[in-house]
Amino acid sequence: MTVLELEGEGDDWRLHLGGDWSLAAMAQIETELRALPGGLHGRLVCDWSRTEAPGIGPAWALLIRLADIGTPHVDVRHTGDPPHFLELLQKLEAERGVAPAAPEAAPRLEHSVSAVGRWAVLQGAEGRAVIGFFGRLVTVLREVFFRPQALRPSSLARHIYETGITAIPIVSLIAFLISVIVAYLGAQQLGRFGADIFVVDLVTISVLREMGVLLTAIIVAGRSGSAFAAEIGVMQLNEETDALRAMGMNPVELLVVPRLLGLVIALPLLTVIADAMGLAGGGLLSLLNLHIPLTQFISRLRESISPTTFWAGLIKAPVFAVLIAMVGTYRGMQVRESARELGRLTTVAVVQSIFLVILADALFAVLFVQIDF
Amino acid sequence: MPEPAAASVVRVRGLVSRFGAQVVHDGLDMDIRSNEVFGIVGGSGTGKSVLLRTILGLRRPDAGTVELYGKDVQELAAADRSALVQSYGVTFQNGALISSLTVAQNIQLPLREYHPLSENTLDELAQLNLALVGLARDAGAKYPSQLSGGMVKRAALARALSLEPKLLFLDEPTAGLDPISAAAFDELLLYLHSQLRLTVVMITHDLDTLFRTCNRVGVIVDGRMITDTLEGMLQNQNAWIHEYFHGPRARAAEKGAHG
Repeated sequence: MTVLELEGEGDDWRLHLGGDWSLAAMAQIETELRALPGGLHGRLVCDWSRTEAPGIGPAWALLIRLADIGTPHVDVRHTGDPPHFLELLQKLEAERGVAPAAPEAAPRLEHSVSAVGRWAVLQGAEGRAVIGFFGRLVTVLREVFFRPQALRPSSLARHIYETGITAIPIVSLIAFLISVIVAYLGAQQLGRFGADIFVVDLVTISVLREMGVLLTAIIVAGRSGSAFAAEIGVMQLNEETDALRAMGMNPVELLVVPRLLGLVIALPLLTVIADAMGLAGGGLLSLLNLHIPLTQFISRLRESISPTTFWAGLIKAPVFAVLIAMVGTYRGMQVRESARELGRLTTVAVVQSIFLVILADALFAVLFVQIDF
Repeated sequence: MPEPAAASVVRVRGLVSRFGAQVVHDGLDMDIRSNEVFGIVGGSGTGKSVLLRTILGLRRPDAGTVELYGKDVQELAAADRSALVQSYGVTFQNGALISSLTVAQNIQLPLREYHPLSENTLDELAQLNLALVGLARDAGAKYPSQLSGGMVKRAALARALSLEPKLLFLDEPTAGLDPISAAAFDELLLYLHSQLRLTVVMITHDLDTLFRTCNRVGVIVDGRMITDTLEGMLQNQNAWIHEYFHGPRARAAEKGAHG
């Protein structure tokens, strides 16, 4: 069934509207409207008498189409009990401005050159912002150092609890399982040479120097780096940080410093736990799989490590903590305007902090080899 | 009021809402008739927004029934529910525009969900709804964060109108607007109400809006609703209602509306 029918010729036209003219039938109405011939002139009478439940949207589409095909030569009139809102729509249609012209697309080469330029400028601005953030943070830290009452103990404790204590189960579990895997696979290889006992060296050195701290840092970056960014980001969206500024308080001091210091305290402690759980995992597997008794495991462990092995891992923890906390809080502070920004910057915070942690770990590895630590 | 049930667009009977030990609604009854502008008022914490959320089916009542067009909101099957949702429009207190979409895309969101339309038509309909609420055409390309408070309220109204509902729920439509924008919003609402023959239910604290737009008012007192016309309310002897409609601000608003 058709919803409209055009009849007449010359200067006298009649448009019969019929059937369902509600929003639900919009797709069909749209198609038939588009099929109307253009270039009409003279008089056009729209007959609404056979329509059912005419909707605002379809009536609007009709008016726009009539204006497009008729202007300025057609005198449109409506008969047959047109819907009550038609007058309003006619008024709105008459006031309807011309569509703003789409900005002209720049030629391709120009476009790609300008894209590179824009990217470079953005990177420059970003670099400046990062340095600015770092500078503000250092200034505030110096102030806090001379004025320790500015260190909010309750806030600090909360962040140590949230980033440290609550992370203990997952960090322990992962450190334990990974070192079991390393010991198990190592035993397969070393067993071929009858060098089972060196599994102990493998586990202790890899756990203490690298894996304990690196795994912990990556888990914490995922857990707390994202939490920092999201929490501060929502505060930005709610104008809470602006409120703090307006009350003369420094958001960096209130929001960034406790998180930074909390994580600097929590991450080394978590690393110690991860080291212990890793060694426990290695010891357990050695006992069950290689039948190395625990006493032998421990004496071999003592021989395999130098005094610096444990510290070579632990010393990296505060550095990683600073990186994670700074990236997380910085990205949180960058959130503006929308929920999508919040999601994007939280993702960026996690990805960048993990990347920076691994990059820093690589630098530490080179440094330790060079200075024979 | 001996009113046949069928004439009520919204019918609430014996509604009880509890939060832990705190009882917000205690046997609340409410009837909203077709083609009226109904204002819901009440002190802070009397459960105006809870009532709205219950009517919309966003919250399950602890007791009592809510009927929209004679259908129990809680008992509806999914298919009926989608039809029911399309029959009303809602604006939330802070606009609740989706922040990652432009205003035009916000308006088109429900249209896209329920009707298979071409981009061209969707653009035309977005234009229509922008024009209906008095927003300039170029506002459609903006993101909600680029709009002023008054524009956000109008854009939210445009989205609420996009499915051509006969029933509008407005939560604090003029809160946070300057008096000029608020008055303009009142006029817009009255205009749309008369032109599109809408039934409007609004929660408002704005006495000017109340006096200017509402035919009837429901006041939530002690967990129940007292419904009357504005004239009736002015005669009411309940302490809170008397205070509300005879306070210094109410007198000024009343004078403004009648003068």
